[in-house]
Amino acid sequence: MGTTASQLRKDLLSEYQELTFLTKQEIILAHKRFSELLSKEDRNIPTPRVPMEKVLSLPELKSNPFRKRICHVFSTSDMKDGSLTFEDFLDLLSAFSDSATLEIKSHYAFRIFDFDDDGTLDGGDLEKLVNCLTGETDDTRLTTEEMRQLISNILEESDIDKDGTVNLSEFQHVISRSPDFVSSFKIVL
Amino acid sequence: MPPRKKTDIAIKMEEVGMDIDGELDSGHEDEVRWRDRNRKVKLSPRAGGRNGKQATSEEEEEEEDEAQSKRAHKKKAKVQDSEEEDEEEEDEAQRKRAYKKKAKVQDSEEEDEEEEKSVKRKGPKAAGRNKKAVKQVSEEESEEEERGKKRKGRKSTIKNQKEGQNKEKKSDAKGKSDAKGKGVKDKGNEKDKKKKNAKYSSSSSSGESGDEDSLSEGEIAAQKEEVEEKKKLIATLRNKPWRMKRRLKLLKECQAFVEKFEGALGKGKGRKLYAYKVIIAKKMIKFNRDFDNFKTACIPWERKIKEVESHFGSSVASYFIFLRWMYGLNLVLFGFMFGLVVLPEVMMGLPYGSIPRKTVPRAQQAKAMDYSVLLDFGGYCKYSVLFYGYYNDERTIGLLQFRLPLSYLLVGVGIFGYSLMVVIRTMARNSDEGGDGGDDGQFTFTFKMFTSWDYLIGNPETADNKYASITTSFKESIVDEQENQKDENIHLRRFLRVLANLFILCSLGGSGFLIYFVVKRSQDFAKLDQNTLSWYEKNEVEVVMSLLGLVCPPLFETIAELEEYHPRIALKWQLGRIFALFLGNLYTFLFALFDDVNEKLEQEKYIKNATIWGLKEYYANYSTFHNTTDIPPPEIPPADVIRGPCWETDVGIEFVKLTVSDIQVTYLTILIGDFVRAVIVRFLNYCWCWDLEAGFPSYGEFDISGNVLGLIFNQGMIWMGAFYAPGLVGLNVLRLLSSMYYQCWAVMSCNVPHERVFKASKSNNFYMGLLLLVLFLSLLPVVYTIMTLPPSSDCGPFSGRAQMYDVVMETIEKDLPAFIGNIFTYATNPGLIIPAVLLMVLAIYYLNATSKNYQNANLELKRKMQMARDEEKNRRNNKESTNQVMHDLVGLLPNRSLIPPPAEEAPPPDNMSEKGSKFPKVAKRPGAVKVKGVNLQKDVSLAAPNSREAVTRPPGPRGPPGNARGPPPGPGRGRGRGAPPPRC
Repeated sequence: MGTTASQLRKDLLSEYQELTFLTKQEIILAHKRFSELLSKEDRNIPTPRVPMEKVLSLPELKSNPFRKRICHVFSTSDMKDGSLTFEDFLDLLSAFSDSATLEIKSHYAFRIFDFDDDGTLDGGDLEKLVNCLTGETDDTRLTTEEMRQLISNILEESDIDKDGTVNLSEFQHVISRSPDFVSSFKIVL
Repeated sequence: MPPRKKTDIAIKMEEVGMDIDGELDSGHEDEVRWRDRNRKVKLSPRAGGRNGKQATSEEEEEEEDEAQSKRAHKKKAKVQDSEEEDEEEEDEAQRKRAYKKKAKVQDSEEEDEEEEKSVKRKGPKAAGRNKKAVKQVSEEESEEEERGKKRKGRKSTIKNQKEGQNKEKKSDAKGKSDAKGKGVKDKGNEKDKKKKNAKYSSSSSSGESGDEDSLSEGEIAAQKEEVEEKKKLIATLRNKPWRMKRRLKLLKECQAFVEKFEGALGKGKGRKLYAYKVIIAKKMIKFNRDFDNFKTACIPWERKIKEVESHFGSSVASYFIFLRWMYGLNLVLFGFMFGLVVLPEVMMGLPYGSIPRKTVPRAQQAKAMDYSVLLDFGGYCKYSVLFYGYYNDERTIGLLQFRLPLSYLLVGVGIFGYSLMVVIRTMARNSDEGGDGGDDGQFTFTFKMFTSWDYLIGNPETADNKYASITTSFKESIVDEQENQKDENIHLRRFLRVLANLFILCSLGGSGFLIYFVVKRSQDFAKLDQNTLSWYEKNEVEVVMSLLGLVCPPLFETIAELEEYHPRIALKWQLGRIFALFLGNLYTFLFALFDDVNEKLEQEKYIKNATIWGLKEYYANYSTFHNTTDIPPPEIPPADVIRGPCWETDVGIEFVKLTVSDIQVTYLTILIGDFVRAVIVRFLNYCWCWDLEAGFPSYGEFDISGNVLGLIFNQGMIWMGAFYAPGLVGLNVLRLLSSMYYQCWAVMSCNVPHERVFKASKSNNFYMGLLLLVLFLSLLPVVYTIMTLPPSSDCGPFSGRAQMYDVVMETIEKDLPAFIGNIFTYATNPGLIIPAVLLMVLAIYYLNATSKNYQNANLELKRKMQMARDEEKNRRNNKESTNQVMHDLVGLLPNRSLIPPPAEEAPPPDNMSEKGSKFPKVAKRPGAVKVKGVNLQKDVSLAAPNSREAVTRPPGPRGPPGNARGPPPGPGRGRGRGAPPPRC
């Protein structure tokens, strides 16, 4: 797919550079990878969408426990099917790029962790999050008691206003203190 | 009415805000809230300033007007912007109304600051709602600095907004910035301002873009500001978490705007200049971007590292990134060395065999090409550009009059200078990033939860490992929490720790002694005939040093088991010990080497005397034999000339040998310890008694800390040796290059991901700190030799001079104009140097003091936050009396605004009654809630007039205006929380 890189218009390319944390090479690479994901008939549509299953097949996302959430958060699809346009894809890569700011990273991290999309991390979200982090298998899963303890500890630590949920500002407050969030919240194509 | 020091207007505004809240349940709360806040920000400073004065009715009227029209506007906005998409944020907004209401009953001053903060924090989100909000955000930002000045301007800004609401966005923005511009300019001229504002806003909203010539100066300034603002917006657009489509649209609009109005600015001469500036700026932006692109294109091994990252996570990759960084540094050093020293000597210097120092002595010539000799860097290797001794001491060489000795010295010192600069700059940049990380214990669980996943992992196996390690860490910390601080035998542990340290000290001392002993012995060996020595005897030093480096770290690790530290602390200890070991070894080696050098200096003196004596004899004989005083110099072929030992070359050879043996040992360790092990484990597993893969040998893990330390020490040797062996830098570049590929291959093919995955993060600067220390330590001996030891008299670029740095003096005297020499003399005068040093010491002291102050301030803030949180907990768990006391304590503290106000965190009772929230406190204060409810009702129906009526309390008893932070004097409806203590 060597020719697809040139399909990206030059002015658009410079605008994308202006709007994302990506460099020219990264955008071109992203475009190449994106075009590879597109099926033949999709290519003629002006703004083609890649279905979520295909995006998830990318090796960079394949073993990520949050891959579905990531797709949903960055998707602009009306059907909520997690499909991505190229611009969504760029948004994704930009947020996960090396030079993205802590603020933007934590914003998206929050939305990724917010499984029910209600704007706060409540007990259910946290439980799902823990399950994502501990893997699907039974031997790594935490027991109900441990889970309860863990979630109450987390809320104790980070729920500043004590309303039983973690909201965005609380989340960002905690995250900004973390020494390794920025270095690990990264996806590179 | 709240008996606080708020003025009536502030109170009124508050209530208006509240009634809007009550009115709107869904839709654009966020925006509404934003506006609300915005208005308050605008008002409260004034409210604070007018403390104790009666507000003029005129102003009140104005406010009311504004509030009313605002409400209307908001309703409109609600309808207007209903196509917005971010529902979840709206939900959040709804939920957050609670805080806002709480915030309202706070002191206005506190509010002022806190609101500003929260506005900013929520800025981007609110901005997501509509375009206007966007501008408000940016305005907010810029306003921060000159808020006081622009208060008026801002008010009219909002008015303009209202006017321009149905008009084009652009003109609206223009009006705003007009107002702002005015605010800046005419700050002394309060009365004119209003009029002018009106004028400008009307002129701007009528769409004046056609006749630019008629623009007044103020308008131009305003427009300029607007353009600047747009530019700023363009620059910061990528920081906003919006959809690409919206950003793209906004960007295009902004760009179009800038495009359109940029050219129109400036006047007469100024216009040209401005246009010129704009063009330059544009070109600069483009150039910078291209340059950045170019730079990233130049970074090698991006894909290789990414592959490692996806298999092993960021920690292992950090080693490779460090390796790459080192490679870049060495490449630059190599460029200096090669371009300024080696290349000129090869191109323009005398060829091999022309003078004694460039010729292999006759005695060694037979074996000079032997492989074993070359492997020891003897023979032709020793007499080549790779080493110090080869360089000639001619002041200038070649057609270009290249001053080689000077260049040699400057490059030798410059390497250190450059390295220091780069390391320190990298450290500074690293320390900029990342949180303060100070409060480790505070968020253990949260960090584990939110930041433990490494998104770079792209390999299922690694992911499984990661799941397991995260689960373990969760379980561990839960257990820790449960039996927190359950001390078992602390005495035993202490004893074990002391014991372990004793062991380690012993082994450190032992290794130091061993090295000293070996170096001494090697000097004895060197005096013997080379042929009778075995290979081991020749290379004893290197072998022993490498073996020590190989054996000691695992030994330390085993000993460290006794200590039972937390793995992270254990890692630090381990690093420190290995560091001490390496350092000790290196310095013992150096001291032994210095002994050697001193001996050689003696020897050289002797040889020099003998040579002079021989020459004299030759002259005497010649004159007596030929009976003439015109004596030609003796004709001895360069290979036969008697020469000194040239200690510099020997030192260089030692370092090169050390480096080479280090490379060999490292590579062999990888080959045997990783590759062969992996092969055995993999293929013998089929026919072995136990499971090799899961059991004892298993596959190797990549030892990050050991590798990084090895790299650092290798670099230290390069720094030390580079002065005596210019070829060493080239060798090191080759080493780094090959080890990049070799280690990448090794790690990918025979290592398994760590079971406990550490993250790179903080250690990065730790490594850099070690590097800096090593750099400094390797700087010392080199500078010492340059400054004190006399150079060999018959080899190297400084031969014939008393000191190496005499080259600099020579150049100053002979090549530079006299006045520079004078300046130099003055500059080196102790009278100048001592004050300079003093000044530096003072500066250091001052900076130190400031940083300490900042640290203290930080601590203070932290403590206050802690206190606020504790108070929060108390309030939740206990009765009100305690929290009231706590609250008053907090209220008495200075810098109150810096504490996150409890109001924002506190569950607001009135709100709870409406929502029926889960807090048990609601039931306790029905009275307050009721009063509140009634008031609310009133406000909803008769917003402004009613609230004005309510201001019946004279401002007098609120205490002196300065003491605005005291606790409330009377029963506070605003607080909604128990009766505050009476004030005396």
